[in-house]
Amino acid sequence: MSAKADPDLKAVTGSLTRKAPSLPLTERLIAMPVVLPLLTFAVILVLWESATRVFAIPSFILPAPTRIIEGFSAVPPARWGAHVWATLRVALIGYLVAIVVSLPIAVGLAKSRLMSRAFYPLLVVIQSVPVVAVAPIIIVVLGTDDAPRVVITFMIAFFPLVVSMTTGLMATPPELIELSRSLRAPQYREITQIRLPYAIPYIFSGLKISVTLAVIGAVVAEFVAADVGIGFFIQFSTSMFRLPQAWAGLVVLVAMSLLLFQAVSLAQRVFFPWSLPKERR
Amino acid sequence: MPVAQNAIDFRAVGQVFATESGPLTALDAVDLSIAQHEFVAVLGPSGCGKSTLLRLTAGLMLPSEGAVSVFRQPVTRPRDDVGIVFQQATLLPWASVLDNVTFPAKHKRGRVSAMDRDRAAEVIAAVGLKGFEARLPAELSGGMQQRVGIARALFLNPDILLMDEPFSALDALTRDAMGFELLKLWQASPKTVMFITHSIPEAVLLADRVIVMSARPGRIIADIPVPLGRPRDETALRAPEVQDFAAHLRDLLIAKEAAQ
Ligand SMILES: Nc1ncnc2c1ncn2[C@@H]1O[C@H](COP(=O)(O)OP(=O)(O)O)[C@@H](O)[C@H]1O
Ligand SMILES: [Mg+2]
Repeated sequence: MSAKADPDLKAVTGSLTRKAPSLPLTERLIAMPVVLPLLTFAVILVLWESATRVFAIPSFILPAPTRIIEGFSAVPPARWGAHVWATLRVALIGYLVAIVVSLPIAVGLAKSRLMSRAFYPLLVVIQSVPVVAVAPIIIVVLGTDDAPRVVITFMIAFFPLVVSMTTGLMATPPELIELSRSLRAPQYREITQIRLPYAIPYIFSGLKISVTLAVIGAVVAEFVAADVGIGFFIQFSTSMFRLPQAWAGLVVLVAMSLLLFQAVSLAQRVFFPWSLPKERR
Repeated sequence: MPVAQNAIDFRAVGQVFATESGPLTALDAVDLSIAQHEFVAVLGPSGCGKSTLLRLTAGLMLPSEGAVSVFRQPVTRPRDDVGIVFQQATLLPWASVLDNVTFPAKHKRGRVSAMDRDRAAEVIAAVGLKGFEARLPAELSGGMQQRVGIARALFLNPDILLMDEPFSALDALTRDAMGFELLKLWQASPKTVMFITHSIPEAVLLADRVIVMSARPGRIIADIPVPLGRPRDETALRAPEVQDFAAHLRDLLIAKEAAQ
């Protein structure tokens, strides 16, 4: 190499290393995890607040964010706690019942073509029934305690679970099923040691969808008949024209759904890290 | 056939599948004997019934016609003395290398004993994966994953090893290296091997005998010993008579394709 080439090379690499850390601002924002969505959210809040003031929008049409915050303090914390607990309890029980019921059904659908032919259309029919319309009937039949609300929650949360579990249980590589048969292992171990773990990624996508649906189910049930719960609170506040309060209830619901969704995601990351795509482990 | 005991026998075996477009003859009048500790390669285009041949030997299905026997016993269900290696390693993604290798014990008997773990350490070392016991499959290369697949098949120490295009998903270099290592394993602990492939060089490198099949219906059109002693290396493969043999196999495969 000639002596002259060296400084040139240095100049090139020098400019490269100088450039690398100063990515354009937009690129850096995209790379940061939470900043951009929070920023968007803050901008929307500011626009919202100013719009309600500039155009003097009445709070029963669209309350300003500051008015919604006031709506929170209109109700004592203990009362909020009671509402949240009522909704959360029904949502979680309905969700758990949906999980416990959908698992054996999914195993049956995945393992037996007979069962899948016989019951799958029925499931689709049940899924097509608008739960909101059936809710009043269920309340009449089952009374007004937790039972009918759990049933309504279950009905909404159940179907995505069955579908994702069944799909997952059938996604096992056929070679592993042949390996299982070649070992003459007991049938149930094909399910517990091969099919179920293989279905974990599918099951979790169903679990994530269903957990937010469970909250919707609990709220729908409270709309129909309840004297406590966030759904009841929103309906009651609206009927009293206390719209900022109703919006505060809505904010609580959104927070609840988000937290539950994140809890399910976290459970997957902690207990089944291998089931996530590589870049998200 | 001489006195040497046959490990695998096919007598007039036919296999017909019911499909939506009518019956499909996957195998027709297949006669085949494989002696104990013989290494036989089955060569043919895809869809000619190679995997079906393997599944029948493994007892994963029963023939529609004729009889399949292993060590002179008719095959009616899977046997303990037959191990299978698949085209894809198909490991359990949540289980470590060690747990994947001991999986047959856990799956068959419900538990893994200390003896099982010793045996697993042995086969893991034999396939060259010592030190990788705790890794997950996703952390291994394709070649290493298939080594785990082979270790899993060897774990129960089968007399017969059935391999269904085990290296076809690997890149060419890894593939050659795996071939030589398989030969080493086989020489260290002789087994009857039915090795399915559609690669002529692979068949020539590995096998004592090559079975050539034609498609639709799957038939055996040639059954020829490989004119090559052992041990084998790359140089032996370049000998003119070996090249002629490979060319002959190629002609057989092409001729029957043309005839269709
Ligand atoms: N279980 C089955 N049902 C219906 N057809 C099958 C089945 N298994 C294999 N076949 C058909 O039989 C033929 C041979 O299959 P296979 O033995 O897998 O071929 P190869 O392994 O040589 O590619 C193919 O045409 C395939 O579609
Ligand atoms: Mg095949």
